[in-house]
Amino acid sequence: MSDMTITTGDAVQAVDLAADFRESGVAGILDELDRELIGLKPVKLRIRETAALLLVERARRKLGLSTETPTLHMSFTGNPGTGKTTVALRIAGLLHRLGYVRKGHLISVTRDDLVGQYIGHTAPKTKEILKKAMGGVLFIDEAYYLYRPDNERDYGQEAIEILLQVMENQRDDLVVILAGYADRMEKFHQSNPGFRSRIAHHIDFPDYEDAELLTIAEAMLARQNYAFDADARKAMTDYIARRRAQPHFANARSIRNALDRARLRQANRLFEGAGGPIGADELSTIRAADITASRVFSASADADGKPA
Amino acid sequence: MRITQGCFSFLPDLTDDQIVAQIEYCLRNEWAIGLEYTDDPHPRNTYWEMWGNPMFDLKDAAGVMMELAECRKAFGDAYIRINAFDSTRGFETVRMSFIVNRPKVEPRLAMKRTDVRGRTQSYSWTAVR
Repeated sequence: MSDMTITTGDAVQAVDLAADFRESGVAGILDELDRELIGLKPVKLRIRETAALLLVERARRKLGLSTETPTLHMSFTGNPGTGKTTVALRIAGLLHRLGYVRKGHLISVTRDDLVGQYIGHTAPKTKEILKKAMGGVLFIDEAYYLYRPDNERDYGQEAIEILLQVMENQRDDLVVILAGYADRMEKFHQSNPGFRSRIAHHIDFPDYEDAELLTIAEAMLARQNYAFDADARKAMTDYIARRRAQPHFANARSIRNALDRARLRQANRLFEGAGGPIGADELSTIRAADITASRVFSASADADGKPA
Repeated sequence: MRITQGCFSFLPDLTDDQIVAQIEYCLRNEWAIGLEYTDDPHPRNTYWEMWGNPMFDLKDAAGVMMELAECRKAFGDAYIRINAFDSTRGFETVRMSFIVNRPKVEPRLAMKRTDVRGRTQSYSWTAVR
């Protein structure tokens, strides 16, 4: 099949880990991760460690020292918008390069995709998703919704049982990543010991610092050929600090939404104030006014909790 | 009597590894895989029972093998075949079909000759177990 199934008695006596590291393309993925993801230091460290472990494991296999597929299921905990899905995508690529999953695609699902509405609906639905995820990574966002302790007839339990069975029996076909808020995931693991024992890697995603969020904002804008001017950058710094204090703060996702609205206001400003032809500069500059118009600045006590 | 329908039916039965390789080929071509089973090997029996829905958007053969294992568990003593459906415009049909499971003792096909009007004779085949 692949280079992984080398029997004992083969001529392989030594492996060059450094060469392995270069040739498997893992180096490329890790560098990309460092370059493109801002902040997330502990996460990057954990991924580096995991990659090293898997690389060594692969080398051990080549020498016939280990035969079992290591457990690769993971649990990502962290607040919304801290890059769990993005990192999962990279992990899928990483595992594919290392030969631990065959296809390396990511299927991202939530409770709705796994749990059915009536008796006998859940099993086929869960299996359908599992079949699609075979050879890749199944990412279950907000996994704790699968288990609802208050309703003993909830179909989530059925989905959990099927998942556990596949996680155990088809470890070399599929990797499952569970994701969600830290405290609720902890509770979920406590009430479902089966998951806890089958998950080898727990990775915690910290919240972004204000400075990191600003860098993220600038990177997001740059990707769409926009830029802040100096005042706008100051306004954005202020915005991030204020927004964090408000409810429903979702880290990078809040920033993306804020930028979307800023672009809307910028377009409106240009349209309303257009006296003559405007250049590319003007079209791609976000000014302070576009940001300070946000409701985050006007009402610090926005009771309905929906800041604009 | 060994029936010969679909691809590879003149070859020895495919092993699971070979089935996986064939499914991988189908998936690479972006064909949807369907499982069907029947106990009636008559060549004119084109309507086999479906085992679940056809599987679209699969990336890996492991998903099909999972279903195949279950189908074998339920209908181990029946014929099971895998159909690969191509949805490309202009084809929109099954591009490949092969048998992956046979009963231990395959039924015989017996020929029956019937006299009809005049001196005409008609022939029919029935599966005899």
